[in-house]
Amino acid sequence: MRLSAARSALCPFEITVHSGPQAAREALTLLLDALSCLSLGAEEVCVVRLVVAEMLNNIVEHAYPDPHPPGPIHIACHHAPDGLHLAVSDEGLPMPDLQVPLGLPQEIDRPVCDLPEGGFGWFLIRDLAKDLTYRRLAQENRIDLRLPVGLPPR
Amino acid sequence: MEVSAKTEDRFCLVSVLHDRIDAAAALEFKDAMRRATAHAPPVVILDLHRVNFIDSSGLGAIIAVMKHLAPKRALVLAGLTPAVEKVFTLTRMGTVFGIFHTLDAALTAYRG
Repeated sequence: MRLSAARSALCPFEITVHSGPQAAREALTLLLDALSCLSLGAEEVCVVRLVVAEMLNNIVEHAYPDPHPPGPIHIACHHAPDGLHLAVSDEGLPMPDLQVPLGLPQEIDRPVCDLPEGGFGWFLIRDLAKDLTYRRLAQENRIDLRLPVGLPPR
Repeated sequence: MEVSAKTEDRFCLVSVLHDRIDAAAALEFKDAMRRATAHAPPVVILDLHRVNFIDSSGLGAIIAVMKHLAPKRALVLAGLTPAVEKVFTLTRMGTVFGIFHTLDAALTAYRG
C-alpha cells in the first residue's frame, strides 16, 4: 500500500535540454531524479533509460544534424495507471516522409565482417515503448509514447 | 573513456572502467579498444562488469570492435550486468558473441 500511495504522488512535469552530445545524459539525470518518487525497479529504470536515450540520440543526430543549429528538446511526463506517458518534442527537421522508422530487427545471421553496427535504436524503442505516435505540428516534431512501468501492484 | 588492459599468454583482458558506453562515449570507447588491443593474442576478453548502461551506440561500438579484431582475433564478453545483458538479448546480438556471465568464468575457460 505504501508503494501504491507513493506511486500516485508523481505530478506531471516537463524538462528541457539543449541538443548536443550530452543531451541524453542530461535528460536522463533530470528525468530519473523526477521519477524517484515512483520507486521504479532496476528493470523499469533500464526501460526508461534505454527508450529516452535512443529517442534523444535520434533527435540530436537527425532532427538537429550538423551543421544545422542545435535547439531545445522537451520531455513532458505524467504517470497513469497504465504506466508512464512521455511526450518528446523538438523544433528540428521532420522525420523522413513524416513517419517514424519501422525499427525492424537487424539481420544478424551473417559473417562477422558484415554485421550491422547501427540501426538498433528504433528497434529498441519500438520493442520497449507502447502506443507510439508521431506528429509534425508546424515547426515541431512530437512523439507520444507510453512505458509500461510504475504500474499499480497487482 | 578509460580501459585497463592486461595480456596473458592466451588472451588479453580489457576492463572498461566507466559505468556506461553510450552515444557520448562510443567513439572514445572504440579508440581506447583499438589502442588496448593493438598487439593482442587471438582472444580478447572484454570485462563489462562495471558497465551498468549501454545504448544502441554502445552496442554498435562493441560490434565495431569485434569486426576490427576479426578474423584473426575473437572478442568475448564477460561480466554483463542485467541492463547490458538486456540490450544484447533484445537485439539478439547475444547470439553473436561468446558471453561469460562472470569474469572468473572467462578467465578459467581461457587459462585452461
